[in-house]
Amino acid sequence: MIYREAGDFKTSYREDSQTFPIKLDRRAYWTLMVVAFAVVPFVINDYWANAVLLPFLIYAIAALGLNILTGYAGQVSLGTGGFMAVGAYAAYKLMTAFPDVPILFHVLIAGAITALVGMAFGLPSLRIKGFYLAVATLAAQFFLVWLFNKVPWFFNYSASGMINAPERTMFGAAITGPEASAPARYLFCLILTVALAWIARNLTRGSVGRKWMAIRDMDIAAEIIGVNPLTAKLSAFAVSSFFIGVAGALLFAVYLGAVEVGEAFGIQKSFLILFMIIIGGLGSIFGSFAGAAFMVLMPVLLKNVLVDGFGWATDLAAHFQFMIVGALIIVFLVFEPHGLAQLWRLAKEKLRLWPFPH
Amino acid sequence: MKLKKLAVATAAMVALGAPAMAEIVFPSLSYRTGPYAANGTPFADGYADYFTLINERDGGIGGEKIRLLECETGYNTEKGVECYESTKGEGAVLYEPLSTGITYQLIPKASADGIPVHSGGYGRTSAANGAVFKWIFNYPTNYWYGASVAIKHILDQEGGDISGKTIALLYHNSAYGKEPIRTLEELAKKHGFSLTLLPVDHPGQEQKSQWLQIRREKPDYVLMWGWGVMNQVAIQEAANIRYPMDHFIGIWWSGSENDVKAAGAKGDGYKALSFHMPGSDFPVFDDIQKYVVDAGKAAGAGDQIGTVLYNRGLYAAMLAVEAARTAQELSGNTRITPAEMRDGMENLDMSEEKMAALGLPGFGPAFKVTCANHGGNGLALVQQWDATAQKWNVITDYIEPDLEVIQPLIEEDSAAFAAENNITPRDCN
Repeated sequence: MIYREAGDFKTSYREDSQTFPIKLDRRAYWTLMVVAFAVVPFVINDYWANAVLLPFLIYAIAALGLNILTGYAGQVSLGTGGFMAVGAYAAYKLMTAFPDVPILFHVLIAGAITALVGMAFGLPSLRIKGFYLAVATLAAQFFLVWLFNKVPWFFNYSASGMINAPERTMFGAAITGPEASAPARYLFCLILTVALAWIARNLTRGSVGRKWMAIRDMDIAAEIIGVNPLTAKLSAFAVSSFFIGVAGALLFAVYLGAVEVGEAFGIQKSFLILFMIIIGGLGSIFGSFAGAAFMVLMPVLLKNVLVDGFGWATDLAAHFQFMIVGALIIVFLVFEPHGLAQLWRLAKEKLRLWPFPH
Repeated sequence: MKLKKLAVATAAMVALGAPAMAEIVFPSLSYRTGPYAANGTPFADGYADYFTLINERDGGIGGEKIRLLECETGYNTEKGVECYESTKGEGAVLYEPLSTGITYQLIPKASADGIPVHSGGYGRTSAANGAVFKWIFNYPTNYWYGASVAIKHILDQEGGDISGKTIALLYHNSAYGKEPIRTLEELAKKHGFSLTLLPVDHPGQEQKSQWLQIRREKPDYVLMWGWGVMNQVAIQEAANIRYPMDHFIGIWWSGSENDVKAAGAKGDGYKALSFHMPGSDFPVFDDIQKYVVDAGKAAGAGDQIGTVLYNRGLYAAMLAVEAARTAQELSGNTRITPAEMRDGMENLDMSEEKMAALGLPGFGPAFKVTCANHGGNGLALVQQWDATAQKWNVITDYIEPDLEVIQPLIEEDSAAFAAENNITPRDCN
């Protein structure tokens, strides 16, 4: 009754194929954008930025990246943590080598470097598929972490092997380092997230994305109808790794400020991001955001409710948190194997018909 | 979906906000879960119990009650950030992260926010240079001093000459484990021993190849920088290859009851460093029994009292309380700010008499913190596990580290940090 498309006429193909075909969705989207860009920066504090919004935005970029590779192009990857490490270490080397360059360029170049590394590790995908490819990318994960631990050049020969983000600016405002203000860091990540999500959306509905999906659905058939598997698979690896590299660079430089490769970019990070896209929904932009929100915000919310709200002991709450998040994952996947995105899609379908179910 | 969740979170936070601001707030970034829980739990218990004792017995520090904010990190840096941000708004005056990784992360953040960090016996070694690290303290000792003390103990055992010997370092492959390498390399040059590096990846359950290498190469001594489950596995593996236990020396984080008990009788003779005494033969433990345990206020399960890491948590809490007392004397306020707490820490004087008056005679080394020296004097002792009596015996006096080697390293590393972060060192004269 409220949520419907009646009266919302489209008179051109362009209008018909827009991302949000329903007026209410468009309004919600623009409201969200206005709130995110014009309201949140004025009310955000350190806690909201560092504990909630920055991790959410950064993991959303990483989930978008993995979703392009796994959800759209059908190539399973367990190397996400390793590729994020490439982004982080590339950003660190660039930041320390060229201190006067604005941080945005460092982050984007770090993404580009990761894209090259990702393509190199994507080469086996031309010969192997499925679980075997997963194992090949797992090798990338372990190799990259080992590399950044082993070769002191990557961490500028520091005694502990940690990398620390020095202060770097954008338009005179500090984005990294301890003096960076919460709004500046938030806006920096928000702009990158929105821009990359926009790129991802438009890539996946254009010819490139269609080629990826053709490869995903049946690679032999795709090849017969004229999709070049070499370029399709490698472009998927490149674009995906670019996103993941940017996420890794932001995770290190803007969010954490100091990382240690084994702890921050270990195998558990690869799984975390894989879980995000599985729970959020494979092959869905919204799903990447929903999955990142679920995996990042749920533990924080539970911690706040259990420890601060109910006054539970911290260890008990931490154990319960694992159980609750784990149980929710199982419940979601049992009731909706296609993830939160599909749940959202179904809810919208129901809302369109409501209150007349037929 | 996302918005709704945020809204729920907001509602939850608003409802829970507005803390009472009438106390001295000490956050404890503890970890009672995860692969390092076996070691994180006793420390957190000791840290909490001493504050409870001060509240119950003395009515707080100078009449101000202590509020302990415990936040579970699971030894994970991302959770550490969340814990730091969620507690700093509550008036926290001192952070005790108990994780080298989280300490590294908090060093710039806490310095910018003006909240002191105490990483006693861990964290960034060069934070001992107070001229550069104004807000960071790592007294009474640190990893480089520890490495030097371990080598000195080996020198004592070998009659002063270890040239041509081989020493293996078995370390947790992280910032924590890598810390001593630079010092050991310098010491290897000075004393002429050769150093073998054996990294063990997180969490440390898989050490077969490292111990195979030890069995093949037979190093004269093995030093260990381990934590959590890694310690237990290493001691078990050493027992399995019949490595002489008295030639196997752990850093103070690899020397608790939890680490050696798993190996049973075979763990007998294993050595570890420490910067305070083990056991509960101190008057303060009677008070803890009376005011904390019998009153049912013990933290955790209450079964860790007197263990090495419980004592270390208690020691850290005692140093925090004494620093807060010093801060109260200096500022004249009872409700101290983080900046006043920092001044208190910088003027902390832990004398023998003070420790005796606190019911902890001879518990730790006597030391004095100054503007230039945030690291104490670095004294550490060696303790040895007695598997039949199930207790740690102290076998040496406090050993002084080789400052001649370490001081230049500290200067060099802190200068690098200062240059990287555009810090002009303070004038400490």
